[in-house]
Amino acid sequence: MTQSTRRLLAALAAVLTLVAGAAFAQTELRMTWYDDGSESEVMSELVERFEAENPDIDVVIDVVPYSSGILESLPLQLASGQGPDVARVTDLGGLQEYFLDLRPYLDDPGYWDANFGPFHDWMRPDGSDAIPGFMTQLTVTGPYVNATLFEQAGVEMPGEGATWEDWAAATNEVADATGVFAMAMDRTGHRLAGPAISMGAQYFDENGDPVVTDDGFRRMAELMVDWHADGTMIPDVWIGSQGSYVAGNEQFVNGQVALYMSGSWQIGQFTELIGDAFDWKAVPNPCGPSGACTGMPGGAALVGIADTDHPEEVARLMDFLAQEEQLAEFYGRTLFIPGHLGLAEGGVDFDADLPATQDALSQFAAEVPKLADAAYALQGYQYNRVVFDATRDRLTQVFVGELTLDQAIERMQRDIDEQIADAQ
Amino acid sequence: MRSLGALLKLRRGRRGPQGRRTLHLTDWLAYGYLAIGIVVMFGPVLWLVASSFKTPAGLLEFPPTALPYAQTTVDVEGYDEPLPLFDVTFEDGTERRMAQVRRIGIEASMVDPDAPGDPITVNIEQREQVRELRLAWENYVDPLQRFNFLTYLRNSVVVTVVATIVTLLANSMAAFGLSKYKFRGRNAVFLLIIGTLMIPLSVILVPVYLVITEVGWVNNLWGVIIPGAATPTGVFLLRQYMLTIPDQLLDAGRIDGASEWRLYWQIVLPLSAPAMAVLAIFSVMWRWNDFLWPLIVLTRSELFTLQVGLNAFQGELNVQWHYVLAMTVLTLLPITMVFAFLQRFITTGIASSGVKQ
Amino acid sequence: MTVLGWLIEPIQRLIGVRRMPWIFLLPNLAIFGVFILFPMVMNFYYAFTGGTALYPLERPFVGTENFERIYACGNYLDPATCNEDLFWRAVWNSFTFVAFHVAGLVFFALITALVLNARIVARGFFRSVYFYPVLLSPVVVGLIWKWILQRDGVLNGILVSLGFDRTLFLLNADWSMFWVIVVTIWANMGFHTLILLAGLQSIPKELYDAGAIDGTGPLQSFWHITLPLLMPNVVVVLVLAMIRAVQMFDLVYVLTGGGPGSATLLMVQYIYEVGFASQIQRFGLAASASVTLGVVLLIITLVQLRLTRGSESHLA
Repeated sequence: MTQSTRRLLAALAAVLTLVAGAAFAQTELRMTWYDDGSESEVMSELVERFEAENPDIDVVIDVVPYSSGILESLPLQLASGQGPDVARVTDLGGLQEYFLDLRPYLDDPGYWDANFGPFHDWMRPDGSDAIPGFMTQLTVTGPYVNATLFEQAGVEMPGEGATWEDWAAATNEVADATGVFAMAMDRTGHRLAGPAISMGAQYFDENGDPVVTDDGFRRMAELMVDWHADGTMIPDVWIGSQGSYVAGNEQFVNGQVALYMSGSWQIGQFTELIGDAFDWKAVPNPCGPSGACTGMPGGAALVGIADTDHPEEVARLMDFLAQEEQLAEFYGRTLFIPGHLGLAEGGVDFDADLPATQDALSQFAAEVPKLADAAYALQGYQYNRVVFDATRDRLTQVFVGELTLDQAIERMQRDIDEQIADAQ
Repeated sequence: MRSLGALLKLRRGRRGPQGRRTLHLTDWLAYGYLAIGIVVMFGPVLWLVASSFKTPAGLLEFPPTALPYAQTTVDVEGYDEPLPLFDVTFEDGTERRMAQVRRIGIEASMVDPDAPGDPITVNIEQREQVRELRLAWENYVDPLQRFNFLTYLRNSVVVTVVATIVTLLANSMAAFGLSKYKFRGRNAVFLLIIGTLMIPLSVILVPVYLVITEVGWVNNLWGVIIPGAATPTGVFLLRQYMLTIPDQLLDAGRIDGASEWRLYWQIVLPLSAPAMAVLAIFSVMWRWNDFLWPLIVLTRSELFTLQVGLNAFQGELNVQWHYVLAMTVLTLLPITMVFAFLQRFITTGIASSGVKQ
Repeated sequence: MTVLGWLIEPIQRLIGVRRMPWIFLLPNLAIFGVFILFPMVMNFYYAFTGGTALYPLERPFVGTENFERIYACGNYLDPATCNEDLFWRAVWNSFTFVAFHVAGLVFFALITALVLNARIVARGFFRSVYFYPVLLSPVVVGLIWKWILQRDGVLNGILVSLGFDRTLFLLNADWSMFWVIVVTIWANMGFHTLILLAGLQSIPKELYDAGAIDGTGPLQSFWHITLPLLMPNVVVVLVLAMIRAVQMFDLVYVLTGGGPGSATLLMVQYIYEVGFASQIQRFGLAASASVTLGVVLLIITLVQLRLTRGSESHLA
């Protein structure tokens, strides 16, 4: 063998050992995570504390990109039995067959039922009493306004009980006076659903099948079409791309819109990026003719994965993280609305100096009791992403003139029916 | 003189009456085209690099500035935090530099940073930010502290190097077999390989992933390295090149008693060096830039490649642009450096060897 | 001794020279068979199955249902009348894209090659300038241009400073397709330029000198000498560009995501969305679309083989 050959073989051998990985004396748990801000930092501190108390367990957090990692790859990995032990997911309905029931491994399942009970229905089949995990954050959708723009324009802000039409009129006045756009809404069917339900949309028929053909949904869809046609809505967000979520947070931070329909998770980012550059505040969800003034609940959950080889260790980790002490710190530092009923009632000491931040957090907390039943039903529905995606993409096609509203609603319904039929 | 050289008369700079060499109109056109070329080809990348040094607030500014500016802050006596500086124009037209204590609605209360007395109230229209040039290195430093950059780098290098070696070896052997022997089924094999030149991986992701799970290569760098190694492009390119190597060379070798392997290794492979170099460059490029496939196959962060690991800043609800841009620059850096050192070799290699049919 | 020689030379003694080509083909064919061919066959089978199960054997056989779903259409030219309207929008978008992308690519690659072939200062440098974008990953290219073309991007910044209105380049169907074409040409042009440059450099210079003596003008010598002799390379560029254009995905996905609406949705993205990116992953439907795509690509390949047969003998 020549020198170079030997070197080559040595390199190959080195690679092989490298790939084979080292053996662990401890039990290793893998947690697949994604970051909206820097939550993984807080989580890894909590995990380190857990490891100190449980020297036989080693937890590794794998941070992946959200859409290509969590939404697209993870389902494939789970379906082929290659998933992690613990994962942070948002598709609570669609993936529920892969979740581990922690109940048999928990010392005190009562604590979990008492504090996470209502959310467990989102992540388990109807009628099951499984405990799959807990919410790393509860989100509520709702609008933010740029109060400084209102003040500059000398426009009075609509008060409690105002309708979406009232807000559109007011923000349009602001827009005319200050040269910005009136409104923006994140590009997702989820953000659209709250206002639609306020307009009277039910999203389900009497058999419990998803429908978007009712008058309530149509009213909201028409408003969206009008708002895009007359320039009330900033086009950059919704007239975006097929098949993808787009946030309007940059436009709001830039002071380009007077009202921004998003949700509680923006608070941390606004605190950092806007600070006190202008007055931003969360306002109550506007009302519709149905009398409802609702947003949508939502959130991400940390769940155990049923395929794990170490269910007991997973349960120990989850039980540690789910304790009030840990979660209070997690929610407090990440500025997430607590998905823990005890903490929600008792209040979390949020790590924020800015008055606007505190105000916004309490405003969103006040939205929770006003959420409509239909909003909870939709959030808990296993295939809600199908509904959200169909409404989003088909509606956009109306904005850009590819479809009429009638065609679009017919297509939405057909998309939903076909995909759900395929899934069953 | 070649082709457009004749057309443009560029090769023969004309001499003016005084015997000085002057540039013909077509020279100006050619150099104009090249100048625009530099702006159009390099500009976007430079813009990315420039943007990656801006603060999140700087990124959102319009019109965007070429250089990264950040608001200047100043420590003022009696205030814990540094205060932002503004230039304030008063009603009477005088201008003063002041620090902002807070802003309420459309009014801001400001103090003189040198003599902080009682704050005065100023309409926000009257003030303008004082900014300074500052590179936001934190866009680079923060993510690197959070993630194990060196591990990602090592994985990327391992994948790129090993995959390129495997690709070169497998493809050149196949090309040798297809170009230097006549045997039944040769055309069928060649057509089969060329036929799949066309199918992009994104279309058969799911079946390939299933094969990987059956082989047991999930969370194994081999799962990233091997599936892409049998590139139809590589076989095609090398075969075309090897066809130009005279068969008499091999026959002479056979008479001397060389084994077939020796003919391949010691005659054909060295003579194919230019084409091999081209394939190597492409392989390095493909593997280094590969994103979707490693993301699906690798779920453990100690196995992540750079492209996977550095894309973790795309959250559900927020994309952290300042990090995304900085990390993108970081992945560009190695390949750009390799190119800078080898550019002459690379471009002439492709031009002179390769892809002729 | 050489790498692997110790392994392969005994094999040669065992099986004889005549079977050796198969030994050389073995590694490549093994990888190819397992990781490309077999998945393609599996994908073909998927096209005739329904449901959402991952493993082929768990999937119900549905015959040609998926194809019927895709091809059910009142008028293929009007996607709104088709059952799978997005598929047909993607098909027509792909046609538009491929036509303009390939035409633009060949045009600019040719001009650039001609300029680079002229006697210019720092030719090597300029060659790298045009080649550099080829090194960038499609994801990065999409990201860079998205950053440039957005509302508050640098292009609008320049336009506004020149007194023009802001244009929302990626939010208007026509502009969006225009930029998709421009950016994909930007990213791929360098490679094709080099192929053409190689052709130009192999044209014997005496031909032009002879032409010059005959009093042939520059344009005439381009049409009568340069272009005919460059033809084999042009064909290669055409075919390669076409194949890549039909396969185009990542770059456009990052740049426009297929939008606005479905204005820049291309075939591979449609397949990706239906089979992979939606909550309900419809592998069967996606597979039937990809079989259609495969047929289109096969036709291009056959045309390629026909066209290159002539040029191969010419160069070899």
